[in-house]
Amino acid sequence: MRALTFQGTHDVRVETVPDPEIVNPRDAIIEITSTAICGSDLHLYAGVIPGLQKGDILGHEFMGRVVDVGPGSSLRKGDRVVVPFTISCGGCFFCQLGQFSACDNSNPVEKQDASEAVYGHAVSGLFGFSHMTGGYPGGQAQYARVPFSDVGPIVVPDGVPDEQVLFLSDILPTGWMAAENAQIQPGDTVAVWGCGPVGLFAVQSALIMGAGRVIAIDHHPHRLDLARGLGAEVIDYTQTHVLEALMEMSGGIGPDAVIDAVGMESHGFAPDNVLDTLKQKVLPGTDRGHVLRMALMAVRKGGRVSIPGVYGGMVDKFPMGALMQKGVEVRTGQTHVQRYTRDLLNRIMEGQIDTTFLISHRLPLEEAAEGYRNFRDNQNEWTKVVLKP
Amino acid sequence: MTRSPTTRSSTTRSSTRIAVPLALAGAAVALYYLSQQSRAGHPPDSAPGRTARQSWFGDYKVAGRSVTIAAPRQELFQRWTDPSALAGFMENVRSVEEGPDGTWRWVVAGPAGTEVKLVTRVVEARKGEFLAWRSVAGSEIEAEGKVFFHDAPAGRGTVVEAIIAYQPPGGTIGHWIAKAFRADPRLQGRHELKRLKMLVETGEIATSANRREERT
Repeated sequence: MRALTFQGTHDVRVETVPDPEIVNPRDAIIEITSTAICGSDLHLYAGVIPGLQKGDILGHEFMGRVVDVGPGSSLRKGDRVVVPFTISCGGCFFCQLGQFSACDNSNPVEKQDASEAVYGHAVSGLFGFSHMTGGYPGGQAQYARVPFSDVGPIVVPDGVPDEQVLFLSDILPTGWMAAENAQIQPGDTVAVWGCGPVGLFAVQSALIMGAGRVIAIDHHPHRLDLARGLGAEVIDYTQTHVLEALMEMSGGIGPDAVIDAVGMESHGFAPDNVLDTLKQKVLPGTDRGHVLRMALMAVRKGGRVSIPGVYGGMVDKFPMGALMQKGVEVRTGQTHVQRYTRDLLNRIMEGQIDTTFLISHRLPLEEAAEGYRNFRDNQNEWTKVVLKP
Repeated sequence: MTRSPTTRSSTTRSSTRIAVPLALAGAAVALYYLSQQSRAGHPPDSAPGRTARQSWFGDYKVAGRSVTIAAPRQELFQRWTDPSALAGFMENVRSVEEGPDGTWRWVVAGPAGTEVKLVTRVVEARKGEFLAWRSVAGSEIEAEGKVFFHDAPAGRGTVVEAIIAYQPPGGTIGHWIAKAFRADPRLQGRHELKRLKMLVETGEIATSANRREERT
């Protein structure tokens, strides 16, 4: 089959690799009909995530048709499914609690040592990501092997187009969980850093959950327009002092909840970020925490901080004093995708949520490398790339 | 008392008869010390002995690990005492068979493609609760171990706790070589317990291999 493979920093190529097959009893093989490039793929592309190897197949947002099943799968050949990026067994302590992205049994044993050393506990398996998260071949390919296919994939009806449901695989539930983690009360003011896909879906979700005002922060005019279109007010950080603006826009109180939908590669020329950028180029595992620092400074006393943005290593100059002295609550984590897919599919089918506004470009899989380059370099126009294998 | 697999073949029967009990006595002393360890002036704390800062006990290394598995004690005990089930999750075990005299004969992967022969006997067992074993004549390493099966709190299943005291072939240097080749019992034990957990909780052992022949 053809698949997009990682070759090195800013170097991805579509190559011919062996087709996947059923390996474990609960597996299914999916013939992929649509797959997207995620913002977190850009972290892999930039080489800032440790544990990626040359030749790894990337991609963790995909959907398609079931073409083969193991004896333990509940799917049938021909089923049309969206596949969550988190791989979860459904039976362990964490899955039973609904904490699917903390699954104990999806990361192969020999790959658990690294995260056990770095994070204190082994993390669960993810598609198309680092070998720390299992090194599972991803979905920017013609076919994918899906383990625990009786737990993860959600069957979608035939009538609905791919583009309306594809984002159930990651960014829609991630934006939704980000808003849920912000514990929004009716009338709250919520600030969202980053108007990428997750930030925009967090804006949309926060408004559905009853936020009075959502203030979105970015620097790309088109992305700010998309946020405005969803009902947010916007701040362009290249024009405005963000902290001062947030205080003034919230009557001197500060936002009740803040959402960092940027993560470890924040942009801009603030002094801390310039220093972090230099350090990140020299030392693996050092994250750029500028947005997180600002979010902690901005949030009101006793407010909530939600972090859907991806971090992988250490952040220094962390305003621990602000966190403690203001009595702030922090919630974060990889998305428990399987917890949200059914409810969100219903909301899509009822017309409450539309995700297609996000898609700016559709490319054949063969042109995936161009998609990566533009998604990184032309972020204003390239808001979301969907690949067709 | 340290013997390596290579010198083992030259050992005579009579010296084996003396050496094995001596070594086992050493292991027993190591496990005893482990349970009694405390710094001078500091009373013993509640932590398991294998987490002590001291890592060698005479010639012995002690390793141990616990894992919580969502299954009843009896079921896990049964798997642990069935040779055919053991090979299913102990990746480093090349073969294990039960001898007519009640001993188990193991061939275990050692560093750099070597194989280590181990003959063990269960010295004490309480069904569904506890199992103690030790190496006997014919083994290339001296080791003894204990496996405990406790009910986990809050209905989470069973805590399986496996502890091994062993003389690394080649002493300290041998231990580091084994570690470099990922044949260290501490690492192996951790991996094997996690594989058992996967097998029991999900019916399979997770792999990122896209094809059966790629599976390691």
